[in-house]
Amino acid sequence: MQEERKKHLKNLALWTWSWVATLAVATFGPVLIWDGHLTLTLFAILTNLVNGVLMILANRKLFNHYDELERKIHLESLALTLGLTVVVGLAYSLLDQTNVIPFDAEISVLVLFIGLNYMITLLINRKRYS
Amino acid sequence: MKNRVRELRKLKGLTQEQLAEVIGVSRQTINAIEKEKFDPSLPTAFKMSKLFDLAIEDFFLFEDLK
Repeated sequence: MQEERKKHLKNLALWTWSWVATLAVATFGPVLIWDGHLTLTLFAILTNLVNGVLMILANRKLFNHYDELERKIHLESLALTLGLTVVVGLAYSLLDQTNVIPFDAEISVLVLFIGLNYMITLLINRKRYS
Repeated sequence: MKNRVRELRKLKGLTQEQLAEVIGVSRQTINAIEKEKFDPSLPTAFKMSKLFDLAIEDFFLFEDLK
């Protein structure tokens, strides 16, 4: 069981790093490497998209490998993260629309919020069942 | 739900890690079941029943709230 877990984790780590790397290429490539060449930009974005799908599939494989308690912990964390993301995300967007904040609401802030929120709720839920 | 999993595991001379391996769950899950923080699924309860050679209701004690 442990060996299989390691295999799934390694696979997910590989696809995550690969996705991050292709995202970096798709973001900075058009400006720094190929000077806005449309075909190359589309190819970079498509490669990033395919990597993202493969990362999601690797995550699903890991999730299906979890036992019943681990799934419960992850599902509770995901439910909280989803709810908070919708509520906080829309409030953040409203702050921008009503010019309460002097800067644009960036999607990257929301992605960071999702990551941090998922980690924190996961830690709390793990503690609850330990 | 109250249970006798810890007692029966010790009677069998198994560690949490060994019981987890036999049942096919993580050690954390066995720990949570023993501490009565988590109720296992039916397949897990049946696997335990087979291992301990007892009926499920002999080691998972259902308390009717009525």
